[in-house]
Amino acid sequence: MSELPAPSTPALRRLTTVAGPLIWLMLVFCIFWVADEYRAKARGAEGRFATTASLRLMVHNTSLVGVAALGMTIVIIAGGIDLSAAAAIALSATVAAYFFRAEYSPLVGVSAALLTGLLTGLVNGALVSWLRVVPFIVTLGTMTIFRGVGREIAEGTPIRAFGKLPEWLLAIERPVPEPAWLLVSPGVWLMVVLAIVVAALLHLTIFGRHVYAIGSNEATARLCGIGLTKTRIIVYSLAGLFAGVAGLYNLTSLSEGDPNSLPGRELDIIAAVVIGGGSLNGGRGSVMGTLSGALLMQVIRHGCRSLGVPTAYEQIIIGVIVIVAVTLDQIRQRRLNR
Amino acid sequence: MPALLEMHDIRKSFGATKALDGVSLTVQGGEVMALVGENGAGKSTLMKILSGAESADAGRMSILGETYAPTGPQDALAAGVSMIYQELNLAPDLSVEDNIMLGQEAGQFGLLRRAEQRCRVSEVLDRLGHPELEPKTLVNRLSIGAQQLVEIARALVMQARVIVFDEPTSSLTRHDVERLFVVIHSLCEDGIGVVYISHFLEEVREVAKRYTVLRDGQSVGTGVLDDVSEQELVRLMVDRDVDDMFPRVPHEPGDVLLHINGLSGRHSPEDISIELRRGEILGITGLVGAGRTELLRCLFALDEVKSGSVSIGTLSPAATPKARIRAGLGLVSEDRKGEGLAQTRSIADNMTYSRLSPYSRGGWLRLGERRTQVEHWMGRLQVKARSPEQSIVELSGGNQQKVALARVMHQEAEVLLLDEPTRGIDIGTKAEIYRLIGELAATGKAVIFVSSYFTELLSVCDRVAVMSRGRLQDVRGASEWTEETILSTAIGTDV
Repeated sequence: MSELPAPSTPALRRLTTVAGPLIWLMLVFCIFWVADEYRAKARGAEGRFATTASLRLMVHNTSLVGVAALGMTIVIIAGGIDLSAAAAIALSATVAAYFFRAEYSPLVGVSAALLTGLLTGLVNGALVSWLRVVPFIVTLGTMTIFRGVGREIAEGTPIRAFGKLPEWLLAIERPVPEPAWLLVSPGVWLMVVLAIVVAALLHLTIFGRHVYAIGSNEATARLCGIGLTKTRIIVYSLAGLFAGVAGLYNLTSLSEGDPNSLPGRELDIIAAVVIGGGSLNGGRGSVMGTLSGALLMQVIRHGCRSLGVPTAYEQIIIGVIVIVAVTLDQIRQRRLNR
Repeated sequence: MPALLEMHDIRKSFGATKALDGVSLTVQGGEVMALVGENGAGKSTLMKILSGAESADAGRMSILGETYAPTGPQDALAAGVSMIYQELNLAPDLSVEDNIMLGQEAGQFGLLRRAEQRCRVSEVLDRLGHPELEPKTLVNRLSIGAQQLVEIARALVMQARVIVFDEPTSSLTRHDVERLFVVIHSLCEDGIGVVYISHFLEEVREVAKRYTVLRDGQSVGTGVLDDVSEQELVRLMVDRDVDDMFPRVPHEPGDVLLHINGLSGRHSPEDISIELRRGEILGITGLVGAGRTELLRCLFALDEVKSGSVSIGTLSPAATPKARIRAGLGLVSEDRKGEGLAQTRSIADNMTYSRLSPYSRGGWLRLGERRTQVEHWMGRLQVKARSPEQSIVELSGGNQQKVALARVMHQEAEVLLLDEPTRGIDIGTKAEIYRLIGELAATGKAVIFVSSYFTELLSVCDRVAVMSRGRLQDVRGASEWTEETILSTAIGTDV
C-alpha cells in the first residue's frame, strides 16, 4: 500500500479550518463597511452600516438563530440533522405563552418552554434511534407534527401574552439593553454563555468525544462500545432544549406564542452550522464557526439593507454564500482524503 | 493467428509493494482459461488492469494482435472486455431489460425505442438459453444466479469478446452453478474467450481446459488442467520462500480463558465450538467468504448471534459490543478505513474511544492525563506521528494499524480478536506486529489471529483453525499443518 504523503502545512490547514468562518465573516463585514462608507461619502452623509446601533442590532438579530444553531451544531456533528428546529421553537413559545396568558408564575412559563423544547428533541432522538429512519425524514415529519400540535394548543390563533410577561424576561430581547454597560441585549449574552457551555461539552467531556465519534464513523463508534442510542437521544434532546430557549426569545420578542411563526427558519439555522464548517456527513463542526455563520447571514442582511440592495438580492447572496461555503468545505475534505 | 487476448509481462507497484511482478496470460477465442492463486497473489490487480480500472507500470496487452491499452473502464468495454464480479453490478430497482440495456439504450432524440430494445434483449436471452427470464421483472426479485445471467446478457449486448468471471460461484447454489457452466460453454461456442477466477479447484476442472497460476504477483505456471494433479496445482499456488521475518516471543499457554460453544450467526458462521487459553495464539484461516470475519463479528456481537454461547473466564456477556468489551474482548477490524478507525479524528481519540472512563471526572475529560497515556502507547508501539492530536488520515497504513492495536491494548482486553492485522502494511511493520502479538501472549493475553496469509499464521500461531463455508473444518497445532494441507482443507479436497 502506498504511504500517505504528509500534508505540507498541517498547522495552517488546521487554522483555516477553525478560523475559516471567522475570516469569512470579517471579510464580508469589511466589504460592506467600505461599500457603505463609499456610498455615504458620495452622498455627503454618514455611513449607516457600522454604527453602534446597527452593530448592536446585527448581533441582536443573530441571537435566536444562534441559540438554536448551537443545538443544531451538536446534531450535525453527530451526523444528524433537525428540520423540526423552527417548528419546535414556535411550539415552545406557544406552550409558554399558554401558561403566561393564564397568569401562572413566570417560572412555570419558562419551564414550560424549556420542557417543551426538550420533549421535542427527545421525540426526535427516540424516533431516529428506534425506527432507524434517517433523521432527515424523521424530523421532516416531526416538523409538521409540531406545527400541528402548536395550532391545536393555540386553537388557531396566536396566544397573546401582552402585558403578562415579566419585565426581566422581556429584557432578553430588548435590543438596547438596560443598564447600558451591557452593550448588547441579555439574549446575546445568554447565547454567548450557552456557546461556551456547548464548546466545553464538545471538547472537554466524554459525551463530546462520543458525539464526534458517532458522526465521523458510526461503525468505529459501535466497535468501541459507544452507546449509539443513548448518545443520539441526548444529542437531539439537547438540540430540543436549545430550541426551547430560542422559543423564549421568540415569545418575548413577539409577546405572543404563534405556532406558525418562523416559517422556514430551520434552514437559516442549518445554514449557520454549514457556513461555519459543519459537515452534513457528520464529524465536523464548531461552535465558533456556527456563531460566525449565524452572524455572517445577519451582516449580509444588514449590509444589503444599508446599501439599499433589494431583498431579492439579499436572498440570492445568502444562497450563494451557503453553496460556496459547502463547496470549499468539500474541496478541503477531498484533499484530506486523497 | 494471434491469440484473442494476450497479456505479456505485466508489472504494477503500489508504493513499495510489487503487486504484479511479471504476469503473462493468453486466452484463445472459445476457451475458458482458469486463473488460480492464493488470496493476494495478484489476481484482482491483474483483472483491474485488464478492465482499465488501473493502468500497468510495464508490459503490454493485445486483443487479436491489436494493441490494447485501456485508459478507463469505458475503453475496456468498447474493446469488448467485460467483467462479471463477485459483487454484482446491477441497479436493483430497474427491470431486467433496463439493466441489460443500461448505458446503451436504443433510442432516438433521447426517447427510448422500447420495441427495438425488447427485441435485442430477448435475442440475447435466447442466445444464453434462458428465454424464460421476463424482461419486465425487477432485478431485485431475481435470485443471485438469475441476476448473474442478467450481467452476462449485458456483456453480450455490449458485444463482449472477452468475459472475466471473478469468483462467480461463491454465492450460488449448486443448481445455479451448473446452469452457469452451461452458459459459459455456450459463450465459448460463440468464440468468446473466458477468464475464470476461482478458489474452488474442482469447479475449475469442471469448467476450464487450461490454467494459469499466479503466486506473489508472478505467473508461475500454465498448462492443461488434465495434465496436472490437484497436489501439483496447490503446490504451485503456495510454494514460496519463508523469510526470516517472523520474530518469535516465547510464551506458554495457561488456563482456558475463552469458551465458544455452538456459535452461529445469521448466515455464517455455523456451529463453531472452540476454546482458547491464556497465552495462546490461535490462527484462523480459510478462503474469502469462509466465515472468518463473520466469526469474529459474532464473537464481538457486531453481527447478530443466532445461537450458541461465548464466555470469557467466568463471564457470559450480553450480545452487545459494549458488554463484550467490558468482559475483556477487543476487536481490530479488517476494514481500517470503513470501520476500524474514525479517519478524521485524532490518534488520541481513536486510541481511547473504547475506554475513556479512566480519564473521567464526572463526565469531564482529564485531557492531560489522557495525553500522557496516549504518548506512552505511541512510544510502546512506535507509532510515527507528530503528536497525539494528529488525525488518522495523515498516517501511513502501518501506523494506522498500530493505533488500532494500541486501542485494544489500552482497553486492557484479555482476548484480542485481530482480523487481518497485517493486511496492506509494509514488511517492517508486519514483523513489529508479529513480535507484538507474541509479547501479548507472553503476558497472558489470548489472541485470535485471522489471516489469509498461511505463512504468517504457521510462523506466529500456536494452533491454526481452518474454516470453509462457515464451518470449522479442522484445528491442529501449527507444526502439524503445511501450507498445502491448509489450502486443501480450506478448498475442501484431500491432498
